[in-house]
Amino acid sequence: MTRLHIQFAAAAAVLCLAVAPFVLSPFSITLMNYIGIYSLVAIGLALLTGVGGIVSFGQAAFVGVAAYATAWVSALNGHSPWLGLLFGVALTCGVATILGLVTLRLQGHFLSLSTVAWGLAIGFLFGNVEGLGRFNGISSIPPISLGSLALVSSKQIYFLIWGIVTVILFLGYNVLDSRLGRAMRALRGGNTLVESLGINAFRIKLVTFVIAAFLASLSGWLYAHMSRFISPGPFDAGMGIEYLMMSMVGGAGSLLGGVVGAAVVTLLKNSVQDYLPLIAKGASGQLEIVAFSALFILFLQWARQGIVPFVARSLPKTRRARPQPAPPLPRRAQLAPGELLLKVDGAERRFGGLVAVNNVSFEVRSGEILAVIGPNGAGKSTMFNCLTGALRVNKGDIVFAGRPITREAQSRIAKAGIARTFQHVKLRPRMSLLENVMLGTYARTRAGLFAGAFRVNRREEASVRHEALMQLERVGLGEKPFELAGNLPLGNQRILEIARALAADPTLLVLDEPAAGLRRQEKLRLAELLRSLRADHLTILIVEHDMEFVMSLVDRIVVLDFGSKLCEGAPAAIRSDERVQEAYLGGVA
Amino acid sequence: MSSMFSLSDVTVCYDNVDAVRNVSLSVEEGQIVTVIGPNGAGKTTLLMAAIGLLSSKGRMVFQGSDIGKMSVEDRVERRVCLVPEKRELFSDMSVADNLLLGSYSLRDRSGVQKTLDDVYDRFPRLKERQRQAAGTLSGGERQMLALGRALMAKPKLLMLDEPSLGLAPLIVREIFRTIASLRELGVSILLVEQNARAALETADYGYVLETGEIVQSGPAKDLIHDPRLITAYLGGH
Amino acid sequence: MTSDIAAILAIDGIATGAVYALVAIGTVLIFTVTRVIFIPFGDIAAFTALTLAALDAKRFPGTGALVVILACLATLIEITSLARSGELRLLPRALSFYLLLPLAVVGAAWLVMRMDPPLAVRLVLALMLTMPISPLLDRIVFRPIADGTVLLLLTVSVALHFALVGLGLLFFGPEGVRTEPLTSFSTVFAGVLISGQTLLIVIAALVFSGLLFLFFDFTLVGKSLRATAVNRTGSRLMGIRPERAGTIAYLLGSLMAGVSGILIAPVNTVFYDSGFLIGLKAFVGAIVGGMTSYPGAAIGAVGVGILESFASFESSALKDVIVFSLLIPILIWRSLASLHSEEEIEE
Repeated sequence: MTRLHIQFAAAAAVLCLAVAPFVLSPFSITLMNYIGIYSLVAIGLALLTGVGGIVSFGQAAFVGVAAYATAWVSALNGHSPWLGLLFGVALTCGVATILGLVTLRLQGHFLSLSTVAWGLAIGFLFGNVEGLGRFNGISSIPPISLGSLALVSSKQIYFLIWGIVTVILFLGYNVLDSRLGRAMRALRGGNTLVESLGINAFRIKLVTFVIAAFLASLSGWLYAHMSRFISPGPFDAGMGIEYLMMSMVGGAGSLLGGVVGAAVVTLLKNSVQDYLPLIAKGASGQLEIVAFSALFILFLQWARQGIVPFVARSLPKTRRARPQPAPPLPRRAQLAPGELLLKVDGAERRFGGLVAVNNVSFEVRSGEILAVIGPNGAGKSTMFNCLTGALRVNKGDIVFAGRPITREAQSRIAKAGIARTFQHVKLRPRMSLLENVMLGTYARTRAGLFAGAFRVNRREEASVRHEALMQLERVGLGEKPFELAGNLPLGNQRILEIARALAADPTLLVLDEPAAGLRRQEKLRLAELLRSLRADHLTILIVEHDMEFVMSLVDRIVVLDFGSKLCEGAPAAIRSDERVQEAYLGGVA
Repeated sequence: MSSMFSLSDVTVCYDNVDAVRNVSLSVEEGQIVTVIGPNGAGKTTLLMAAIGLLSSKGRMVFQGSDIGKMSVEDRVERRVCLVPEKRELFSDMSVADNLLLGSYSLRDRSGVQKTLDDVYDRFPRLKERQRQAAGTLSGGERQMLALGRALMAKPKLLMLDEPSLGLAPLIVREIFRTIASLRELGVSILLVEQNARAALETADYGYVLETGEIVQSGPAKDLIHDPRLITAYLGGH
Repeated sequence: MTSDIAAILAIDGIATGAVYALVAIGTVLIFTVTRVIFIPFGDIAAFTALTLAALDAKRFPGTGALVVILACLATLIEITSLARSGELRLLPRALSFYLLLPLAVVGAAWLVMRMDPPLAVRLVLALMLTMPISPLLDRIVFRPIADGTVLLLLTVSVALHFALVGLGLLFFGPEGVRTEPLTSFSTVFAGVLISGQTLLIVIAALVFSGLLFLFFDFTLVGKSLRATAVNRTGSRLMGIRPERAGTIAYLLGSLMAGVSGILIAPVNTVFYDSGFLIGLKAFVGAIVGGMTSYPGAAIGAVGVGILESFASFESSALKDVIVFSLLIPILIWRSLASLHSEEEIEE
């Protein structure tokens, strides 16, 4: 399958949508309209939950905010629905921004629980505010008018709804394939990974959250002016779950899945309403929700992935052309070899009562390879996490290239020129090798949301792709740039992390056990690569267990034991040091 | 006679890779067998598969019955026990409760008090601290508690994952003395260690695991003098 | 607001809070042992109240049919999974546990009911009839996805709640019930009239949480539950089956929820869908305790009760808005408090 095939399929789908209202019955068109309106919310959730990993139970409340806002503007105050759209979108995004600023720093399920909380609170508000009609709702909402044409019939508003859905899908896929979209897709890899790439994770989360709320507000606006009447019911907690259900059924993480999920859930609900009374007489209403919840639970038990990813797997792979040469990205000015690059002074880090790093001081000079070694649990990884800002030191100072970074945020340290790999590999397994490496260039590039959505970022993208391919080739993984990272053996995944770090054009490369799990030949190749990087004046700090590997490669060694520095020196001196023998090389006898 | 515990052609897939490939080894009644190898060689993965925390392909036979598809709990009830690398203590429960829970799998509760007394005799430090929460113990005490807790289950096969990990040399010596003394209880031991010298000095038989495969094996007293192993793991002088 | 009114509101709040506290403790118990945030505990509380009301009215409650259906489903699923893993030798145990035991409970309740039993027996019957529901639901719904993330389990739990609301309407009908007071005693304390029902609620909450505490501290089974909560892998290595610990946790949690349902039924009218708000507010309390601390959960739940009582005095329409809005600052505080431990996990 090529890009052309996909474009052809998309064009065919749009054509089908355009012809549909002339073929379908009025009832089916109404059903389609509901599907379109729900799709918008589900697409937002696909971004927020599937891509960003933020499970929200509260989207229905955002739909409600916009619906009530536009109803208030148009039905109660007699203004145009278009003003209602403006007000609804602004209000929803404003509310989302405030909620996001407050809650998006929450961890894991705390965050989702907060969406339950504000979802409920806003939902209860609709039914209890005097000016919004309480539980009776607001009726006689005017239709949307295009010039003199009022969109009254379901056939008329159909085109507006599905037009918006199509445009949103198109822009959404553009965004996902841009710098910002890659950052969004990295969010599920955890804060430590995202921040280590120089990405401000909180900001990306906030942007994603507001985009999802924006889509919900479009949906709310359309809903209010299509049904011409609103009450609290369609915006309550139950509907919030239903939206989540749609995005999960369709395949969280897939924008198209939002549409498919909305369609499946809506049609299913409709047919449950149709057929259930035939099976169980007189018990339709209550059985409906039971059947529906049961189906959802079964679905989550058996097919967590969702429909679209399931179908996509059986389609032939998309063939893509290798990135073409493009103008290079700007590079950082490097220090002259031998200058002081990093200075750690009296670093200390505690976990409860345990002192993991105890008064450690050392220096790294530009252009050298320095190894930190020591037995398991000696505090090496903790030391590395403190250097890169993933952890804060309790005491002591760290200065990088003349700039104190002791209290800096992780993403700012990354931007300053420290790129790292992880002991437990942190890659995005469902992204290609190329995309994983492209993530590394985030801090060197600038395209934002609108540049990504409207594709005005093409030149920068081309440079990024080319740069990523070059780094892949440099580490020896250039053959299959479109392979998924999760399909690589563990050893090569470590190498891929190095390529990603190199794409950031770092001054200091921090490698946490890069040779673990590699075979002998692979280790030799890795050593070769690191030597060539040193020849390019890159400075490397490395934690490694394999003594043979370390001794033949590095310029200097720092030995840690029980969190403290034992000694420091050239490989030959370390090898013959008796304290090192005792602590590290197993001299228990 | 067949071995007490044997693995044949065991392959464990973990994180999309075969972390352990076609490993075969056996432990005889009352023997201490060690598996040594570098970090990331798959030693921990092997033990996790042997206790059933990871699923594996191949055969695992314990006392004549195939335990390869059994749940962790079923294996523990057959008195196959693991002291994991991370110890996995119940950190906010007392030392005494931790030990008591060690005996959970025993149907016959009559001997529990006696076993507890034996464990306290073996590790007097634990007795001193029996009311203290496990999370407040020092590294060495934790390892003693992990060992003691496993002994409470009266294991027939005891698997130890890096018992020397993160401990000071003095305590490492103590732990290995304890391991050697377990032989008298008739416990068979499968010991996984990075501290190759200490492990080989304690064990009867040794296997060397590298990148998921057994590359060498033999009586421990032979391996300890093997020139290749000396340069790779034993800190050659 | 005068001090008299404040005192009345506070007492009212403590009583409501004590009811929430029982459910909150059950929620913490289930979460720590199984990682499931079991929203439907509120439904279990409501179902117990409805069951008691039916028994009071000399009708056999719909709970019986519900338990029978769930038992059949659970048995079917258990047999399938045993057959698939080739362990059909465990069939007799599965049948007796998932089918015979629940059926025996329902049968016994049916027989006893015909003898027109006194209130105390009816209370026990109501609790017995609702107790099997959540362990059976655990087998049907959560066991197949036990390895899922907390979020997946939470999503399923919320869906399960909606299913239960539907089932509640089906088996109990739309009418609300208010059971007869368990006591007519009342007393005046510091110038404020306190009803016996209020006292009973507070005492029952204290007694049942005390019993749970004793169970955890002095029995091997109780300790095994704590062990599972503290360290799942560690407890499996001791031979403690997480499924079994889960079942016990669900039974105990249901008991707590059932008791709270019985306590609240004479005070508030209970409908088939009243459980949602009880469950959610208990859950807010549990979050105050960080989902891991029993005293924290109890204190949090009482706090929610008092807050709700005062909020409903200020604006009865917006009381739920106030309660749930306040959850957000609490969540932020909890999340910050737990940040430290997550750092250690990353280590």
